[in-house]
Amino acid sequence: MIPRPFEYHAPSALPDVIALLDKYGDEAKLLAGGHSLLPMMKLRFAGPAHVIDLRKVASLKGIALEGGEIRIGAMTTENELIFSALVAEHVPLLVEAARQIADPQVRYKGTIGGDISHGDPGNDHPAVMLALDAAFVLAGAGGERVVQAADFFLGTFETAMAPGEVMTQIRIPVPGPGTGAAYAKLKRKTGDYATAAAAVVLRMKDGTCAAARIGLTNVGPTALNAHDAAQALLGTAVDEAAIAQAAAKAMAICEPAADLRGDEEYKTAMAGQMVERALRLALSRVK
Amino acid sequence: MAKTVVSFTLNGSPVDVLVEPRELLIHTLREKLATTGPHIGCDTSHCGACTVDLDGLSVKACTVLTVQCDGAEMLTIEGFAKAGALHPLQEGFSQEHGLQCGFCTPGMITRAYRLLQENPSPTEADIRFWMAGNLCRCTGYQNIVKSIQYAAAKMRGETVATSHPVLAE
Repeated sequence: MIPRPFEYHAPSALPDVIALLDKYGDEAKLLAGGHSLLPMMKLRFAGPAHVIDLRKVASLKGIALEGGEIRIGAMTTENELIFSALVAEHVPLLVEAARQIADPQVRYKGTIGGDISHGDPGNDHPAVMLALDAAFVLAGAGGERVVQAADFFLGTFETAMAPGEVMTQIRIPVPGPGTGAAYAKLKRKTGDYATAAAAVVLRMKDGTCAAARIGLTNVGPTALNAHDAAQALLGTAVDEAAIAQAAAKAMAICEPAADLRGDEEYKTAMAGQMVERALRLALSRVK
Repeated sequence: MAKTVVSFTLNGSPVDVLVEPRELLIHTLREKLATTGPHIGCDTSHCGACTVDLDGLSVKACTVLTVQCDGAEMLTIEGFAKAGALHPLQEGFSQEHGLQCGFCTPGMITRAYRLLQENPSPTEADIRFWMAGNLCRCTGYQNIVKSIQYAAAKMRGETVATSHPVLAE
């Protein structure tokens, strides 16, 4: 399978990327790790006339702790996240999630920014970003703006990124003391998208839940922010009754598409199971 | 579309190729550079048969554009044996029967090479986790794991022997 012909651009500075996006508009696609875009181009589901490769833009790389946030360049790869001591120390949830994405070779190329900005409900980072209350820096001809994860995912392949914008950085507030987190993913095999998955971040204070966020993967047109499920945990000890209640509320917002991974009922049930698993695991990790 | 010249180092030798931007690395290697060790298995970035080592990363050459490789250092299975002597990984796959048909083997060895560069003493669980991007459809993965353990031990300078009951006699 060979993509349609296109013109290739590999600028090394962000302003040049933005100028190219401005110039070519709808005809252009940004190429990050290429493990979503290139397969789509090979299958001829996508046929951009211009491909703008971000691999030479050094300012899009790197991981730093700044202002109480872990700031990750959008072109940081999954394996760079997995190997990062800084991420492991401050946001271990991200390592746990990245280890469950695709396979080793894909993780050497696939990037966190690409995974998020693609808008695929099957991608894993969006739910994790919702649970972590992350924010994304978007740069365009008009300058930079910061969008919260909760406002970013609008639909399948549809995000708050405007035409002409490029995601430059992911900002994750470092979870405070008393926090536990987990990502539970059911998949048929290595490299598969989730049948259902849940990302959970819990904060406990004096034995009860003081804050909770839950994100769901691949059980709706976009990653789902299970707000009501998380709210149901507040003030509880996150005991089995509270966990069951949260799972039921999470299942209530699922609208998965039936495919070879299962029908709607099965996927919804598995989303509930993943919420339960992630909650138990997160609770056991609270420190 | 205009073709461009792409230059990189392949198994230690400089090469220049003239390609369209849409040309995939696996096709350049196999059709223009007579480097047919990397195989086309699934052509959808699942099977790992096309794995090459690109600037210190294991990548699937079916999902990389050749134009992205300008200035790169690339290693394929063709670059493993030196002066007729097998690389420890090749020796391991031979001694531990890490293959039947051999179709997946170049990708397996090339991937295992990078794994051992990053972690010279992987556990069996490490090997299974970090080799999960390579599929073998002949049989199970037990002997592939043993082959990589054999190579790891040899590369650490330890004395190695096959675990195979017949070969060991």
